[in-house]
Amino acid sequence: MSEKVTLVVFSGEMDKALSAFSIAIGAASMGMEVTMFFTFWGLNIIKKKEGPIKSRGIMRKMLNFMNRGGSKRLPLSRFHMLGLGKWMMGKLMQDAKSPSLDELMATARGAGVKFIACSTSMGIMGISKEAFIPEVDSVAGVATYLAEAKEGKVNLFI
Amino acid sequence: MKADATLDCIGLYCPMPIFHTANKLKELEVGQVLEILADDEGIKVDMPAWCRATGNELLDIEEEAGAYRVYIRKTK
Repeated sequence: MSEKVTLVVFSGEMDKALSAFSIAIGAASMGMEVTMFFTFWGLNIIKKKEGPIKSRGIMRKMLNFMNRGGSKRLPLSRFHMLGLGKWMMGKLMQDAKSPSLDELMATARGAGVKFIACSTSMGIMGISKEAFIPEVDSVAGVATYLAEAKEGKVNLFI
Repeated sequence: MKADATLDCIGLYCPMPIFHTANKLKELEVGQVLEILADDEGIKVDMPAWCRATGNELLDIEEEAGAYRVYIRKTK
């Protein structure tokens, strides 16, 4: 049986997502079985690029209006500067021929990395599974994470 | 060193060289040698680490003019 790696992706920023997917791809390339658990702001990474999510209740509506997701909408964790910093980072990555977040996500999927969305965050924030990209394998809770992490050699919280 | 296949990873940053190496090695037979060309400095320590983790044999790393030639023998 191959070794397991779990990544809890809590953050919804582009740079942190890049790190998470780089580690996931690296681990998969080393023959490890990788599961990524997306929770809280990390759910923005696996949301579709469409508009705000339809949800019930004024607070959820407000939250989902402001907290739109999609891999292209994620800010930088530092020097975002209303998008200018992110644009520059994207340019630097392009010049360095470094893969974009979308490319890394596709590569991770191709390498067999599993994507799981946290059901609790989804429930609180009023996000349904339809809001996510089809690559998301399942919706699960902390027990699923812990069962995987217990067998894991590498477990990270990003 | 004579290689059975060559993989060009010039210009690629981590984790892409090891990702492509893992994929390319799947195409080779056990005992065959893969040559990897790369210019990301991390490769010097990443390739030995990748080989330790996967059990493949690192034969040599040659450095010339800021680029590296890595030779790996597929062992399983």
